Amino acid sequence: MTVATTDSPTATNAGRLAARGAPVVFDNLTRRYGATTALDGLSLEIAPGELVALLGPSGCGKTTALRVLAGFERPDLGRVLVDGIDVSHVPAQRRDMGMVFQSYSLFPNMNARDNVAFGLQIRHQRAAPRRAKATELLELVGLAEHVTKYPHQLSGGQQQRVALARALAIEPRVLLLDEPLSALDAKVRAELRDQIRALQQRLAITTVFVTHDQEEAMSMADRVCVMFQGRVEQVAAPSVLYCQPATPFVGQFVGVSSRVPVTRRGDRAEVLGREVPIRGDLNSVPTGDLEALLRPEDLDVVVNPNGLGVVTHRSFLGATTRVGVGVAGTNLLVDVRSAHADELDLGTRVDVRVIARDVLVATPRRAT
Amino acid sequence: MTVLSDLDSPTSLPGGASSSGRSGPARTGALVRGLRTSAPVLPFLAYVIVVLGVPTAAIVNYAFRSNAGHFTWQNLHSILSGGQYRAGFETSLKLALVTAIVPGVLGTFIAYAISTSQHAPFKRITSATSGVLAQFGGVNLAFMFIASFGFVGVATKWLNAIGVDPWSHGFDLYKFWGVAFVYMYFQIPLMVLIITPAFAGLRPAWREAAENLGASRWRYWRHVGVPVLTPAILGSMFLLFGSGFSAYATAEALTAGTVAITPIQIGAILQGNVIAGENNIAYALAFAMIVILLVTVIGYVLLRRRTSRWLR
Repeated sequence: MTVATTDSPTATNAGRLAARGAPVVFDNLTRRYGATTALDGLSLEIAPGELVALLGPSGCGKTTALRVLAGFERPDLGRVLVDGIDVSHVPAQRRDMGMVFQSYSLFPNMNARDNVAFGLQIRHQRAAPRRAKATELLELVGLAEHVTKYPHQLSGGQQQRVALARALAIEPRVLLLDEPLSALDAKVRAELRDQIRALQQRLAITTVFVTHDQEEAMSMADRVCVMFQGRVEQVAAPSVLYCQPATPFVGQFVGVSSRVPVTRRGDRAEVLGREVPIRGDLNSVPTGDLEALLRPEDLDVVVNPNGLGVVTHRSFLGATTRVGVGVAGTNLLVDVRSAHADELDLGTRVDVRVIARDVLVATPRRAT
Repeated sequence: MTVLSDLDSPTSLPGGASSSGRSGPARTGALVRGLRTSAPVLPFLAYVIVVLGVPTAAIVNYAFRSNAGHFTWQNLHSILSGGQYRAGFETSLKLALVTAIVPGVLGTFIAYAISTSQHAPFKRITSATSGVLAQFGGVNLAFMFIASFGFVGVATKWLNAIGVDPWSHGFDLYKFWGVAFVYMYFQIPLMVLIITPAFAGLRPAWREAAENLGASRWRYWRHVGVPVLTPAILGSMFLLFGSGFSAYATAEALTAGTVAITPIQIGAILQGNVIAGENNIAYALAFAMIVILLVTVIGYVLLRRRTSRWLR
């Protein structure tokens, strides 16, 4: 059984950014497509000015949740509250939300400035001020020299910056980002990620960001909402999510984990010959065969010619080196400082020790 | 600095070819490779040269020759200065315009209905029907309309039975508007066939982006949908214009030449109805048609290029 946990939305940015963003509440949302349940009672509270990332594997319902919030989909059950008002039946064009799409979706018949000014034109703002504001926003995203260029004359990263400026131009109460970086190359993605985060913090807009890239989610969001099968598995700050995953799914999905068979002894588990406290609510720990989920930094290796483990591979990661160790048919990943990794050649016999203060346990994967 | 000898040069190729200057055998080799890669299209190229290139060259040549074989502007002057040939051109242009604009507009709406329909069988049936009807013309089509909308046609009788008599209200299948009416039969499906892919190229995300920014459905179409489609619609109308301008068999079968359009006039000359001293007038008429169709095709290509850049 998985237990969904939710941190309070009064996280980091909320207090200081409350001036412009609106609070958003997903209240028990359910959305079905025939026999498929995309959202299964999704509930989530987002504080004003907060950036929450919806993270999960394909088909987990994160994009559906965003589209329900945008007004492109209607929930079968539940409500969406923005600023305390139920907007579940408000059409998309009256929600005052800015959205950046995965495929840019710039209007091809308009240049960058006209694209950005489109929302203002719809709001009957006069030509001169709307052009001035569009130009200003394009300067803000670093495209001052490209205002008269058409989408097909811009690179992917530039198009996505125009899309961001267009979404911001209407001064939305909520900014929605639907995998906005997934179509870009790694370098541009990293640049744009920082730019989006900086702008979001500067403008204090409540932001919901859908991604399947955990690095993106962890590096940008105030809180990350991990979803699976239409439900929330855990909502927490990135560091909490990584260090204290509430469910085996989160532990496995977020970051890298090795699974090691364990024996439960009361509130402790015997892992690799050492008894370690079991993390979380003991009542929710399943019975029967168990495995511990161990991060690479939860383990340490010591060279021992008579050790039970054998080094099977090494990956240099910079300050650390990730070492694969085979122990009794299980492959464990261990991070060691690169300065000490030279002695761990392939085939070296080692002992593996658990250095974590506690461990998360779950039923073996084949049984879940 | 390292200087590579010819032997070491990375641009050296077996047989002595290099990037800077190619020897005779290398050039021959490249030519052989080029011929080998383009061999599959050579039969088509030969076909185009024989059935299009040579006749076009002959038309251009004879359009500017007198009966005695000397260069002259007289043939073109004759068809443009007035008389039956100029009237034929004017009628042809008018017919082409009418049968480009009306089917262009109607075909666009039908294509919109197809592209927005959620009913898959409707989409399949209309697309397949359009494909068949767009190819249906000539004597068969003329006969079908005569049998249906002729003075004693089946449809005319039905209309008479319910108190509607189109013939007494100015309708005449054998005059200009009758011919235009019949042309619609293949021009509308042709428009549907050509323009439907452009509708398919409209991304749903554009509509969602517009909605998200506050635009109603009407304003989306006004600011995004219609402007994006306009080049494709105009380009398709250019094609319809060309189709209507050059169609011959349907009008000839329907009117037996009583509606004087240029293709029928050319046909008449080819059948030997030539005024003395105007032997090469048919070439001049054909040359003028080629010029108009060339302008039409260039217009279509330019507009299509713009659209394809937007819709890719």
